[in-house]
Amino acid sequence: MSEHLPPVFQAEGLTKRFGSHLVVDGLSLDIHPGECVGLIGPNGAGKTTTLRMSLGHSMPDAGRIRMFGHEVPAQIKRAKMRLGVVAQTDTLDPDFTCAENLRVYGRYFGLSRQMLDARIGQLLEFASLAAKANSRPGELSGGMRRRLSLARALINNPDLLLLDEPTTGLDPQARHLMWERLKLLLQQGKAILLTTHFMEEAERLCDRLVVIDRGRKLAEGKPRQLITQHLEQEVVEAYGEGAQQAAQQCSALATRCELHGETAFFYLNDARPLLHALATWQGLRTLRRPSNLEDLFLKLTGRQIRDDS
Amino acid sequence: MRPLRDLNTNALAQRWRPPRVGASFVPVVGRNLLVWRKMALASVLGNIAEPLIVLVAFGYGLGALIGPVQGIPYMVFLASGSICMSTMHAASFEAMYSAYSRMHVQHTWDGILNSPVTLDEIVFAEILWAALKSVFTATSIAVVLFAVGISTSPLLLAAIPVLFVVGLTFSALAMVFTALARGYDFFTYYFTLVLTPMTFISGVYFPASQLPPWLAAVAQALPLTAAVELVRPMILGQWPDRWLMPLGTLLACAALGYLAAAMLIRRRFLRQ
Repeated sequence: MSEHLPPVFQAEGLTKRFGSHLVVDGLSLDIHPGECVGLIGPNGAGKTTTLRMSLGHSMPDAGRIRMFGHEVPAQIKRAKMRLGVVAQTDTLDPDFTCAENLRVYGRYFGLSRQMLDARIGQLLEFASLAAKANSRPGELSGGMRRRLSLARALINNPDLLLLDEPTTGLDPQARHLMWERLKLLLQQGKAILLTTHFMEEAERLCDRLVVIDRGRKLAEGKPRQLITQHLEQEVVEAYGEGAQQAAQQCSALATRCELHGETAFFYLNDARPLLHALATWQGLRTLRRPSNLEDLFLKLTGRQIRDDS
Repeated sequence: MRPLRDLNTNALAQRWRPPRVGASFVPVVGRNLLVWRKMALASVLGNIAEPLIVLVAFGYGLGALIGPVQGIPYMVFLASGSICMSTMHAASFEAMYSAYSRMHVQHTWDGILNSPVTLDEIVFAEILWAALKSVFTATSIAVVLFAVGISTSPLLLAAIPVLFVVGLTFSALAMVFTALARGYDFFTYYFTLVLTPMTFISGVYFPASQLPPWLAAVAQALPLTAAVELVRPMILGQWPDRWLMPLGTLLACAALGYLAAAMLIRRRFLRQ
């Protein structure tokens, strides 16, 4: 991470409303070269709208965005020359082979035939798709299609990548391969802004997380730092018969206790006294674990399922 | 930070400003051409089959019964009208069904929009592409007309660029409906309620002078009438008597259609 270099992406006081509904509410965000920033939040928190405004697809009602020093949306064309995007849904061309998909996309950036000839082979190699150069997207697995989308986003050798849920719907093997590739790109000095619902992904890839809900920034920092700053060290989950009573009677042994459905969540720094007390409850099962990003996410954004999710 | 009210007015102005097009539309036309090349033969055969069937059925069948129309054999009269009709159909079909698929179903436009190509450029490229594709159809029909001896004039070649303008006009008009469409069903109305009635009163099958005066007056203002007025004499080997008015009608429809389509499609995308 190179914080002394000027940021590749800057958003200040970004605001967007649909009718009377504030979707993004004064959001500010900087991304530096080589840095991976994760934008996390529940569905409808404003993540996709923020990305859409960054791409000039949606006009902010207030605030400003600058990418590589270019004003968005006024100078978006110049900014996009150095930008790579992987959208939530694949937009690959079903009529073209993998190689043709990259070639046609490269032409949108005005890249020459020679440059594309050289780059297409490298990118298919990078995406582990060299053997599939002449296959069409319809013949590929979900993981391969996502990697092809990533390869396509890299055709202009971008300095910043915007990735909207890059591994949603992938199996663990495909997800791990995607993470490996993204780490390689970060090592090459590219910056990444990604949205994700996988806290493991956020923790593994991101140097910095921005938690948003209802369009507002709730917290920002390094993943580990956020956990120690907002949470107790450990969590004990108790479920089964008597979880409700256990929650009522033992809550004093924890810093914080939440009852959700049939499970009691105890947040605490030392689990031993509580576990000792719970051991006397027949039919109650317990799980002790370190607190994690998912706990942080749920603490900041609540456990309720939203109407719009 | 600027006040909210200002920015909202800006957003509104942004939505309804006239389109701006740079050179980036070229690779979008190239993309569609590459897809077309993969199925060109089937596409052209499909497009010329219908007009040829119409020519055989009406030209030989009906033509034998009714004799010359406006002093020319009915077959030639019909062929010169139906090349315009086929161009109109090919352009409309491509700018509606195919463009809508790329815009809404396949998300091709969404992918392109993440590159430096703008929405204005995509719309421009799609209209240009639909016109080009309709000219491929028109050219293959012209080749058939030449081969079977319906028209052997060198002016047949000069009719091709005119038919390109006809293609531009109808692809631009069709794109307006694509901008408003909520599904493929919507396009059926355009074909059955707009294009088909227009075909019957625009002098393709019979001269518009056969119509009641008020309907003939309506027909005079239609772009297909203008197309037939320009192309029919050229198929017969003569330059058109009037060209300013019909060419003006075609170009005005193309320009208005393009402006409306570009703005409506921008509104559609900004709204999402």
